[in-house]
Amino acid sequence: MLDLQGYGPRLIEGAGVTVQLAVLSLLLAIVLGLFTATAKMSRHWLLHRVATVYTTLIRGVPDLVLMMLLFYGGQIGVNAISDILYDHYDIDIYINFNAFAAGVLTIGFIFGAYMGETFRGAFMAVDNGQIEAGKAYGMSSALVFRRIRFPQMMRHALPGLSNNWMVLLKTTALVSVIGLTDMVRVAAEASRATHEPFVFLIPVAVAYLLIASVSEWIFARLQKRYDIGFGEH
Amino acid sequence: MAATPLEVRNIKKRFGDTEVLKGLSLEAQKGDVITLIGASGSGKSTFLRCMNLLEQPDDGEIILHGDAIRFKHTRHGREPADWKQVVQMRAKLSMVFQNFNLWAHMTLLQNIIEAPIHVLGKSRKEATDHAHALLERVGLSARANAYPAQMSGGQQQRGAIARALAMDPEVMLFDEPTSALDPELVGDVLKVMRDLANEGRTMVVVTHEMSFARDVSSKVIYLHQGLVEEAGSPDDVLGNPQSPRLKQFLTPNY
Repeated sequence: MLDLQGYGPRLIEGAGVTVQLAVLSLLLAIVLGLFTATAKMSRHWLLHRVATVYTTLIRGVPDLVLMMLLFYGGQIGVNAISDILYDHYDIDIYINFNAFAAGVLTIGFIFGAYMGETFRGAFMAVDNGQIEAGKAYGMSSALVFRRIRFPQMMRHALPGLSNNWMVLLKTTALVSVIGLTDMVRVAAEASRATHEPFVFLIPVAVAYLLIASVSEWIFARLQKRYDIGFGEH
Repeated sequence: MAATPLEVRNIKKRFGDTEVLKGLSLEAQKGDVITLIGASGSGKSTFLRCMNLLEQPDDGEIILHGDAIRFKHTRHGREPADWKQVVQMRAKLSMVFQNFNLWAHMTLLQNIIEAPIHVLGKSRKEATDHAHALLERVGLSARANAYPAQMSGGQQQRGAIARALAMDPEVMLFDEPTSALDPELVGDVLKVMRDLANEGRTMVVVTHEMSFARDVSSKVIYLHQGLVEEAGSPDDVLGNPQSPRLKQFLTPNY
């Protein structure tokens, strides 16, 4: 029988951190991605420029570097704000830049750029006649988006989205550099302490595989849902 | 006197260096069926799409019941000043497209109730009851739960006409409604359109179906290179064409 030498509960806790981190980052990335895709397709030059800089920058700098930049940068920013509050308004609070929040923000921010490109391609794949029909029947742009563009775009976006999700899931392993205790960090600590790396790393690998399999099943269901009306795949 | 349902004046449109509409006007009184005919590239479809602002005309006026669409000038050219006004106006002008454009992710029934519920604010029950009546009328009661991809072109177009009728439109715009259909399916769609004309619907129809133009329309407009070449009753325009170009256009090519 597998002997986790008392690290079992901490490993499970770490797995919880991994899953929460991944899911929240994904939600943030989806929202940012939708905004980015919309901005990139906009004819407003400033929006377009900002979105282009964002995707270029994020996709061109390593995740690890970005994570540390955002985490330390975030802490410096928060410190600066509390200094101003103290000096000028006599408010004395110490704000700790929460590592978990930093992790979600960083990963969400990174993957928002990838999602942006995924969504942009998917939006462009929607037949323009479908959108024109919405406009011609008196729908506002927001209604056309909600009722026609979004649901029709999703079937094109899902393959890329699920791909991004898998990469995102594994990127969460980097958060140990900013002090978050996810399951990889617990396993690494336990391996060092006990000199039995496989005992801890193999369960972690299996846990990742499990999460990945469940999400593949969910994505398959979603694909089926958004393929309705478009015939066989 | 009741105001004219749809009036457009002096519409001009240019794509790059090409001026495709050079000042076109049209007045649809209640019950009018106006057909726009002309060769490919004469601008008839663009003219129709300017009426509900799917294309932005560079110049000219669009007036519904005496209410003129307001425009403003921007760096991108002329644009509607108030998109809310445009959205309200479009809800009164239903369009039937050449390629049907039924929403692919919805069943036929869902297609028909979509805009009445979300644009006109009708209740689901009211919209659904109306939709079933319309489906029966276009002979598609059995296909209410079919997706567009499962239907023939003729069925899709009749479904699209039902979707247009569900809005209780003041004017219906038809953009070459039979051009994408196999010849044997054209008849069913034309029959539905004839019935609509006979019951007094106001319609503007871009078409290549000369028999439809001759039998049904109250007015025929022949366009050539973005200008009206001849206009009048079908008997005059189609029965006694004046310009050599229209004469040639009406001569069948054997």
